Amino acid sequence: MLRKIRICLQIIMMALVTLLMLSMGFRVHLWAGWVAKIQFLPAFLAFNTVVVSLIGFATLFFGRIYCSVVCPLGIMQDFFSWLGGKAKKNRFSYAKENRVLRYGFFAIFVIAMIFGFAPLTTLLAPYSAYGRIVNSLFKPLYDLLNNWLASMDAAHDRYNFTEVQIWTRSVTTFVVAVLTLLILAFLAWRKGRVYCNSICPVGTFLSFISRFSLLRVRFDKDNCKNCGMCEKNCKAQAIDFKNGKVDYSRCVVCGDCLDKCKFDALKYGRDLSAFKSKPVDTERRAFFVGAAVAGTTAAMAQTQMKVDGGLAVIEDKKAPKRQTPVTPPGSVSARHFQKHCTACQLCVSGCPNNVLRPSTDFQHFMQPVMSFERGYCRPECTRCSEVCPTGAIKTITREEKTAIHAGHAVWVKENCVVLTDGVSCGNCARHCPTGAIQMVDYAGPNGTVQVPAVDENKCIGCGACEHLCPARPFSAIYVEGNEMHQIK
Amino acid sequence: MDRRDFIKHIGGAAVATSVVLSACKSSNDKPKALEGILDGQGEMTYRTNPNTGDKVSILGYGMMRLPVEEGGTLRDHPNSPIDQELVNQEIDYALEHGMNYFDTSPVYCKGMSERATGIALARHPRNSYYIATKLSNFSPSTWSTEASKAMFENSLKELQTDYIDYLLLHSVGGESKELNSTEMFNARYMDNGILDWLVEQKAAGRIRNLGFSFHGDPKIFDMLLQWHDEGRYHWDFVQIQMNYVDWNYAHVIEPENVNASYLYEELHRRGIPGVIMEPLLGGRLASLPDYIVKQMQEREPETPVARWAFRYAGTPEGILTVLSGMTYMEHLVQNVATYSPLRPITPEEDEFLMKVAEEFVELKTVPCTSCNYCMPCHYGLNIPVIFSYYNACITEGKMPAGNTEAREYQEARKRFLIGYDRNVPSLRQASHCIGCNQCVEHCPQKINIPEELHRIDDYVEQLKRQ
Repeated sequence: MLRKIRICLQIIMMALVTLLMLSMGFRVHLWAGWVAKIQFLPAFLAFNTVVVSLIGFATLFFGRIYCSVVCPLGIMQDFFSWLGGKAKKNRFSYAKENRVLRYGFFAIFVIAMIFGFAPLTTLLAPYSAYGRIVNSLFKPLYDLLNNWLASMDAAHDRYNFTEVQIWTRSVTTFVVAVLTLLILAFLAWRKGRVYCNSICPVGTFLSFISRFSLLRVRFDKDNCKNCGMCEKNCKAQAIDFKNGKVDYSRCVVCGDCLDKCKFDALKYGRDLSAFKSKPVDTERRAFFVGAAVAGTTAAMAQTQMKVDGGLAVIEDKKAPKRQTPVTPPGSVSARHFQKHCTACQLCVSGCPNNVLRPSTDFQHFMQPVMSFERGYCRPECTRCSEVCPTGAIKTITREEKTAIHAGHAVWVKENCVVLTDGVSCGNCARHCPTGAIQMVDYAGPNGTVQVPAVDENKCIGCGACEHLCPARPFSAIYVEGNEMHQIK
Repeated sequence: MDRRDFIKHIGGAAVATSVVLSACKSSNDKPKALEGILDGQGEMTYRTNPNTGDKVSILGYGMMRLPVEEGGTLRDHPNSPIDQELVNQEIDYALEHGMNYFDTSPVYCKGMSERATGIALARHPRNSYYIATKLSNFSPSTWSTEASKAMFENSLKELQTDYIDYLLLHSVGGESKELNSTEMFNARYMDNGILDWLVEQKAAGRIRNLGFSFHGDPKIFDMLLQWHDEGRYHWDFVQIQMNYVDWNYAHVIEPENVNASYLYEELHRRGIPGVIMEPLLGGRLASLPDYIVKQMQEREPETPVARWAFRYAGTPEGILTVLSGMTYMEHLVQNVATYSPLRPITPEEDEFLMKVAEEFVELKTVPCTSCNYCMPCHYGLNIPVIFSYYNACITEGKMPAGNTEAREYQEARKRFLIGYDRNVPSLRQASHCIGCNQCVEHCPQKINIPEELHRIDDYVEQLKRQ
């Protein structure tokens, strides 16, 4: 019974999280956005005390059900563990808790959090790891399906699906996602929930509480025939049937043991004696498996640019070297963003203008940054701020957005077509949504021409100028980020 | 129909029959399903060229929008080769059904039109058709005597012939940033002595009729006709843009343009045969708003909308042939039917079409005929497709209108924006027009292209922000 409820909830939760990560087309975030906001780490970072205390109390009451039915990475591991179980039955055995590994990772994570060291926090955050897997591996497939539907739509003059660009936003993130998936799949196949019980910081944190949980799996010594089926099927490797003990710090209340016990010797219910258990050996292996595979698939996801003979060939834009990265409006400051973002890629997935992509910079590892080669931050869009579960990008309205100065435009004289091609232009000034650019007289080598001049006081750093600048591959006007977003 | 109209009708029919010449060809094999009940039951109408006595079919084949192998025209698939097999079939059908005038140019279809035309026509006896081509020396690199001569010689080669029946100075009346229309004309045809050379070629029998096609500054049109009056040069024919909208409204749509009524009258007065181009305004008179279509169909439910425009263009006296750039076999079959024989427009119908023209002008569409002369845009825009999408939304009544909060408005807005992305990739949309103005001088319709693109871009931007 417990197992069936768990599986039902898992399927629902997995479907919702995945859908949320995949698709913004149907504005999924409006009705499924909550699944991201009840994730522990995002809620903690967003100072969402309601959610954090709810998870805490639920754990104290039921045990680590959070790890079973809320965490998408946990659910994903259960899936691979189930596959492993199909291949080899009754494959688990009790292992001791490995506290050195467990607390070691936890301590490192906490320190990294305090100092805002993104490469570690983003890598270890479980929900975000799943987000990256969906975003890097499944979203391109989903987009392919979407584009196929869009082409069918177009053929039948319907308007339900819009074609989207399919592109690898960051090869690093892609490789990280592939490695995460491969390693976790391998570990789950072989050793069940070993990641959750030795590496995952959220798992470790919740284990502190679950040791004292009110409801728990316990042995009924009278019925137990010592068959060992419970232990052999415990993916947390937390049951020691010989001693009639369960390690509640690692039990994720999946209910498999209850179903496997033919003699009704295991029960889920109240037991006031808090057990302590011993450390577990964990296996950490082969972190570099599949790196070569990942490299080739990364290239596959690139879209082909259509080039026509009767049309001028359009050279792809290249991102300029920005001294300060541009972070999305609502992210307050580079520091705030770095501390709160767990790089779940939900905003990257959802950005309809292809502006957000994971940073490759080590300091902001996989946290999103803005760049304008494929589009610009359109004035009517506040989607990233709506979907962010961690409060790294705070919810803003369209009106508030016009007052947030996330960056400022810089003119690069050497690239400006007014000077290089000798034509009149002004496309940046024409498209600036705040009127921050004016065309002014300039004494060029061939007489007076009109060049753009930026009023930094008005510029909000949306990138319209950079994106629509005809100079290629490098724009003649580009956005530098503001360390702290100015509100004017 | 009252008595007066009846007499007019009979009168019109008499004029028509007087110019009809029997082509002695069977029309039994025409697919009936594609034709209206009223038309296509007889023989092709012919007009006589007073200079050479040529009996020219009133429907001429424009070789500018040839089908390509990947489907549609080069506008749809700019890298596709011409579908020669289909071109052959179409030319066979055309000749079989009495058409005998084929109009091409060295610049059409990215320069592939003459060759494709030549291949198709060479399969038939040379005396069964008339070839029209042009001296299309638009680019300053072709202004020299040698380059222009080479262009003409190359036309003969591509068309697999040793004479051209109708040779045109291509699109006189244009100007550029550097040169006004007179200077431009002189640079292309006078300073290099090429017009005189063409006259010599005519005397030598390599050109049978010499004429010009006109777009743009009427000063040049007037000047050339004055030369004709003075006997300095003789124009055997002149090609003009004429349709029921341009008749009275060309000047209203674009103040620099001159009404077709003026052009026609000037030619007619002098007895110079007129060749008509853009009878459908680049196809736009074939797709009209529903309320106009309704008016037409209430008169003749089975007549295709385009037929009104073709009948109109063929009706006036002195029109030698009406050119239509037919991509698809279906268009060819329909147009052949329209002119087999031509049912001239009656004065009452003429009045009706003038009213239609008035309503059409009020739509405020961009007067682009998709000739593609502006392409390729240096900055990658797909100008004709942007305009044709915008125009189609207007004429099909698909522009979002009314209360912006209403569901219908929001639906139409969504359709407009999605449709825009589907028709024009975002990097080729109007937002990328920098206003360099390099395209402007290439537009035969004198459209201020950057201004129109910026207007459309502003509109799209406003829709996006709602």
